[in-house]
Amino acid sequence: MNAPRTMLDKLWASHEVLRREDGVSLLWVDRHFVHEGSHHAFAKLAERGLPVAETALTFAVADHYAPIRSRERIADPKIARMIETLRNNASAHTLRIFDLSDPSQGIVHVIGPELGLTLPGLLINCGDSHTSTHGAFGALAFGIGATEVAHVLATQTVWQRKPKAMRINVEGRLGFGVTAKDIALNWIAQLGSGGAQGHAIEYAGQTIRDLSMEGRMTLCNLSIEGGARFGMVAPDEVTFAYLEGREYAPSGADLQSARQVWRGLVTDKGAVFDRDITLSAADISPTVTWGTSPEQALPITANIPAPDPVDPAKSNLAREALDYMGLAPGQPLDGIPVDQVFIGSCTNGRIEDLREAALVLSGRRARVPGLVVPGSERVKAQAEAEGLDRIFQDAGLEWTASGCSMCVGMNGDVVAEGKRCASSTNRNFRGRQGRGARTHLMSPAMVAAAAVTGTITDVRPLIQGRAA
Amino acid sequence: MAGWSTQKGHALALAIDNIDTDQLIPARFMSAPRSEGYGQYLLHDMRRDDDEQLTADFPLNRHEGISILVAGHNFGSGSSREAAVYALVDAGIRAVIAPSFGDIFANNAINNGLLPAQVDAQKVMQLQHALKDAPAQVSIDLPESRLTLGDITVTFELDEGWRVKLINGWDDIDLTRQHMQAIGAHRKNRNKAAPWAWPNKPN
Repeated sequence: MNAPRTMLDKLWASHEVLRREDGVSLLWVDRHFVHEGSHHAFAKLAERGLPVAETALTFAVADHYAPIRSRERIADPKIARMIETLRNNASAHTLRIFDLSDPSQGIVHVIGPELGLTLPGLLINCGDSHTSTHGAFGALAFGIGATEVAHVLATQTVWQRKPKAMRINVEGRLGFGVTAKDIALNWIAQLGSGGAQGHAIEYAGQTIRDLSMEGRMTLCNLSIEGGARFGMVAPDEVTFAYLEGREYAPSGADLQSARQVWRGLVTDKGAVFDRDITLSAADISPTVTWGTSPEQALPITANIPAPDPVDPAKSNLAREALDYMGLAPGQPLDGIPVDQVFIGSCTNGRIEDLREAALVLSGRRARVPGLVVPGSERVKAQAEAEGLDRIFQDAGLEWTASGCSMCVGMNGDVVAEGKRCASSTNRNFRGRQGRGARTHLMSPAMVAAAAVTGTITDVRPLIQGRAA
Repeated sequence: MAGWSTQKGHALALAIDNIDTDQLIPARFMSAPRSEGYGQYLLHDMRRDDDEQLTADFPLNRHEGISILVAGHNFGSGSSREAAVYALVDAGIRAVIAPSFGDIFANNAINNGLLPAQVDAQKVMQLQHALKDAPAQVSIDLPESRLTLGDITVTFELDEGWRVKLINGWDDIDLTRQHMQAIGAHRKNRNKAAPWAWPNKPN
C-alpha cells in the first residue's frame, strides 16, 4: 500500500523532471501565459539569443495595459509601446497572441479557462501572482517573476521547492447574498495576509463542492492575498461540465482518458496536511475591507475596530491604514460614502459576477459613477446577449471592452487621489488603483449595492425577492 | 550575476509591516526599460510628495549609501512583479532583513542576488532598536547564516538551495540546460501518457 497522498503530491509527482540534492525540483510546465509585463523576460531571452522552447504551449495576451475604450489608436505612447512590444515578441517567436482585436482577448486568468487551455492536472505558469486562479480546475498553477518567465520560455521548466500542504475546509451552506469572495476575505482576515506563506492551499468541503467554477476561480485567485502562491480545488463533475466543448480542451478518446486521470487527482483519504483548517459557511457574511491590506476585512454589519491595545504593531498598522483611508475607529462600515465603483478584474470579472451585479442594478440608478469592465471579450459578448450591458448602462455605469483596467491602473484607468472606490478586485494596497486611491474590496454584488446607494452597504435587502 | 559570500554595509531600520510590491514600485513605472534604472522608483509614493520631491521625514531619504534594510513582517507581499526587486537592487540594496517575506518576492530576490534574510521577529525588533537613531554597519555572512550589528549577532533562515545560488551567482538557465536530456525524456513520457495535456488545437 502506498501512503495516502494529497492532490498537491500527485500534481507535483507528475511534473517532477528531477529533484536536486537540496530538495528543489525541476518541474515541467504544461502551459505558459505571457502578457505585456513579460517584456523583461523576452529581453533576457534576446540577450542570450535563445528561442522559445515550446511555442505550442506558450500563449500571449494583451490585458494589463489593454485600453478599454478606444483600442484602434492608443493615445499614451508608453502604453502603446508595451502592447507593441508584446506583439513583436509574440511574432518573433511565433506565439499565438490574443491581441486587442481578438474576440477571445481578455484577462489571462479569465481566458485560459474560457478557452479550455486551463485543465485539471496541468502545471500552469504566468508572470502574474493571480495565476493561482487556474488551480480551481485541479491544476498546479502559480505566479512567477521575470527571471523565471525567461527560464520557462527557454526550457519549459521551472525550479521550485515543494510548498507545504494546507487545507481549508468550508462546510455547510453559504448564507443568502454570500459569495466566494466573502469566503476568501474571511479566511484572509482570520489568518492574515501572510498567513499561508510557504503553503499550497487545497480548498475542500461541501461549500466548495457547491461553488460554480467561477466561484472556485475567485477563491483560488485570492490565495496569494493570504500569502499562498498556490490555491486549488479537486476536479469534479462541475469542472468537467465547464470544460465540455471548450476549443483547446481535449475531446473524444483523449477526453475519456483525461477524465480518468482527472478523477484520480483528489486527495486520498487519510492524507496528512501540514495545516488543516475548517470554517463554517454559516459564519460568513458579506465582507468588506476597511484598510490597506486584504486582511483588514470585516462583515458589512461591523464597525471599524478600535486599535488593539495588546498588539501595538497591529494597532499601529490599523491607525496608519485608517489615516490613509480617511476613516475612524468605531465607524460603521455600512454607510461609508463612496465616490465611485469598479466591477471587473481576474478576481470578479466573469459572467456570473456580472449577473450578480446586474441582479442588484436592474431597474435602479447608480448614485455614483462607475466602470463595468468584463473579464474578457467573450464574457462581454455573453453579457450583451443576456442584456446585462443595458442594465449597467441604464443604471448610469460605463460598459467597456475587457482588460485589467482599474484593478491595477496600468492602462491609465485610475482612481483619483483621495477618492473612495468600492471595488470587486483583489488588492486594497496603498496606491494600487492610483496614487492616494482608497479601495474597499468586496463582492461584485456588494459593489453594485454601493453604486445604488452611494455608500458601502449590505446587499442583502437589495436582492430580497430578486435572487433566483 | 556575481555571487557573494559576505557583505558589509549600512543598515537602515524601516519598521513597517506589509511593505507590499505596490509600495516597492507603483505599477505606473513598470513600462520603463530596466536599462533606465529602477532605483528612482523605489518606494516612490512613500518617499516623494506630489511634486516628486523626496520628503524629509522618510527614513530612507535622510541617509545616503544604505545597502541593507531591516523591515517588518510580510515584506514584498502581493504581486509577482520582479520590478519590486529591481527597484531595491538598482537603489543599491543588497539585503533585506525581515520576519517574513512574500513567497514570490523572495524567489525573485534570489534571482537578482538580493538576500531576503528571514529573522525571528524579536530579533528584528532588537536590530531596529539598535538602528533607531542612525544607520549602522551590519556584516552578513552567507555561508554561516549570520549577521552582526555591533555586539548583536543573529542567525537568519535561508533556503539551502537559495544560499548556494546566491553564493555562486548561478544562473538557472545555464544550470537547467545541463539537464536537457532529462527534460526531453520527461516530455516524451508525458506526451505518451497524457496526450490530453497538449492543446487540442494547433496555434
